[in-house]
Amino acid sequence: MTRVLGIIAGTALILLYATLLLVVMPTIQLRTGENPPEALEPYTESEARGREHYISLGCIYCHSQQPRDPSQAPDMARGWGRPSVPSDYSYDNPHLLGTMRTGPDLFNIGARQPSVDWQLTHLYQPRAVSPGSIMPAYPFLFRETDYLGDQIEVKLPAQFQGSERYVVPRQEALDLVDYLLALDHTYPAEELPQAPEEDETGETGETGETGETVETVETGEAGEAEAEPTAAAAAAADIGERRPATAGDPSIASADAVVERETP
Amino acid sequence: MNPAIAFLLSMTFLISIGGLFLMVWGLANDQWGDGQEAAKTIFAEGEIGRAEDPATTGPRRRELQEEADGDIGKLDIDQSELADRRVYDSSSRQPVLWWLTSSVVWLLLGSLFGVIASFKLHLPDWLVGEAVLTFGRIRPAHLNVVAYGWASMAGVGVGLWLVPRLFKTELAGGRYATIGAVLWNLGMGGGTIAILAGFSSGLEWLEFPWQVDILLVLGGALAAVPLIMTILRRRVHHLYVSAWYLIGALVWFPMLFVTGNLHALFTGTEQGILNWWFAHNVLGLWMTPLGLAAAYYFIPKLTGTPIYSYTLSLIGFWALALFYSQVGVHHLIGGPVPTWLATLSIVTSVMMIIPVVAVAVNHHMTVLPRWRMVLISPTLRFVVAGAMMYTFASVQGSIEALRSVNTITHFTHYTVAHAHMGVYGFFSFILFGSMYFILPRLVRWEWPHAWAITLHFWLVFAGFGIYFWFLSFGGWLQGLAMLDATRPFMESVTLTLPYLTARSIGGTLMTLGHIVFASHFFVVLARMGPEREAAPRMMASRYVSEGGEA
Repeated sequence: MTRVLGIIAGTALILLYATLLLVVMPTIQLRTGENPPEALEPYTESEARGREHYISLGCIYCHSQQPRDPSQAPDMARGWGRPSVPSDYSYDNPHLLGTMRTGPDLFNIGARQPSVDWQLTHLYQPRAVSPGSIMPAYPFLFRETDYLGDQIEVKLPAQFQGSERYVVPRQEALDLVDYLLALDHTYPAEELPQAPEEDETGETGETGETGETVETVETGEAGEAEAEPTAAAAAAADIGERRPATAGDPSIASADAVVERETP
Repeated sequence: MNPAIAFLLSMTFLISIGGLFLMVWGLANDQWGDGQEAAKTIFAEGEIGRAEDPATTGPRRRELQEEADGDIGKLDIDQSELADRRVYDSSSRQPVLWWLTSSVVWLLLGSLFGVIASFKLHLPDWLVGEAVLTFGRIRPAHLNVVAYGWASMAGVGVGLWLVPRLFKTELAGGRYATIGAVLWNLGMGGGTIAILAGFSSGLEWLEFPWQVDILLVLGGALAAVPLIMTILRRRVHHLYVSAWYLIGALVWFPMLFVTGNLHALFTGTEQGILNWWFAHNVLGLWMTPLGLAAAYYFIPKLTGTPIYSYTLSLIGFWALALFYSQVGVHHLIGGPVPTWLATLSIVTSVMMIIPVVAVAVNHHMTVLPRWRMVLISPTLRFVVAGAMMYTFASVQGSIEALRSVNTITHFTHYTVAHAHMGVYGFFSFILFGSMYFILPRLVRWEWPHAWAITLHFWLVFAGFGIYFWFLSFGGWLQGLAMLDATRPFMESVTLTLPYLTARSIGGTLMTLGHIVFASHFFVVLARMGPEREAAPRMMASRYVSEGGEA
């Protein structure tokens, strides 16, 4: 090639095109944040502070917040909750999707471990309540004191007790636990297929090809089942070859062997 | 079909067809240069067939030449061209030394962070007293320091050194790049402190607060100024393939980095998509083109052979631009993203096989007939190992993007191992090799200890081998355990412990190698150590031009 301007223009245009496809189009399509689910509360002040600690302590490097569909992985069976949908993240900036599971997914940790005591002990010394864990201890979120007063005492098994003094959480630990307990997305997601009888069968029928209706109904079961963890586990156990829980637009569900959730 | 998707598909189709026609037009009108002749533009008259490695010793150098094709006795190198080249090299001396020296310092710091983070994964109660030392801060500090401090700064340094040689004119505006290095370093320092102090932005690969990233944008822009100024003064008609990659990298990175830093304008899922589009492009459209630019220059240069197929390199370049820019969302397969988007990224990930094979054929077929040179030349050993790991990392990445494979490897240490195969195995190895070639020419001082280069190579090669294979295997088992709902989650944690420990051992060996390399680097910089018995060809004339000043 002999033209510098040609290379500059060509490379810039290709990247612009990629940006249009990969950044602009999904943003136009999803519009996360414009229609938050009714059941999803905005973060309270302490939860928002806790979220800042979650970010600053780098929890994201070991914990994801994006349960996968039962057709792909047994996330639901592990009690991590139904597949997440974009509107679940309506109040999330920065996003904390995470791409690592050195530890478990935390999208529904508030529903799975709603005990403040458990959370505090776990932060102070994970191995006290979760043997075998390789999560770092966070003793700097706590302090020791002789006078308990109305503070919460962090309860520890004998072998983890360093001294005779009380271990009490600092404000950071309390905020962080507030945030963790707020991670509860067990409400049903409108975007996921609902129970079969609620399906917009007319629309499904219109989209045409054989197999679609069946798919939608099947995935509908998955969508319904996840409201309760026990039902979720049961549903996941026999989920085997079920097609993914694509939601909303059935035409996309059938486009190919999809795994991700689609939004309306 | 969703109208948005219909639009996208038709756009994709039209643009692909448009690109195809553009290429046909370019071929018909000879826009692509002079075929195989163009591959020879980086050589001086009579230079082809002469092996070159400033990092090896006299007898080994003769041995190296025997492995090269040329009949050295009959060839006369055009001395005036070599003299010109020394002028080019000295024109880029100051900025290149700034960028390279900074990068070596960041390499040491980044390695330290990496090793600490690695040990922390199997020693969770080690260094937990302070927030600044917690895993969740050391790990992003490691990533940013090695990605933007080491790899990026070294890449820019190598690029700046290549610019005057590729355009056959002195580097113009070099002082802008020097100021750029200072700003970039300030940004690195500020950003690293911000992460350790808990002011991370929270997005992977974008942890530096945007206020700090402004410094990196300015520093990068200043480093691009000499590239533009030198291009305008160029004395070559045809642009050698390395130049395309350099231009591409310097066009892409500012676009990516500025867009990535606008993340606050996005929410939730869209921000995650932006995040991973950006993060993968740092590798694909920044480090990869810089690394390939260097490989396309050094492999022919060291072996004294023009690149195998010049036409193939064209396909490699444009296919890389088109496909690599769209692969990012494969990091969110299974996540709450539109199906079409993840599918698009998977398809383009697999399509990456085209540019990768093009580059692989070019690199490996150039080396293959002279493969014994790799055993002799320490510089070539690094560059060729890097080029081979590029092929490996890329093919692995294409396979890893497939949904069936990704379901196992996603969320596991396997991905971490793969990322290191790209940034370390490929890019860092090529940077090491490039520096062994460049530094003696800038400082006019040879590498005094050949054994140190060999030791460096084997420490990082063995260390990285341990790192990669153990972590990949452990990550794979971790993924299988996580997919089996009958096994408790904790099993997927505890089973990785031996592999994480092995990774720490590998990482420690790599860090030792870096210490050897950095020490040797600073010895040369200070012009210390014993002088070597036979100066390499490109520097021999220093005795002529500078009256044995050395």
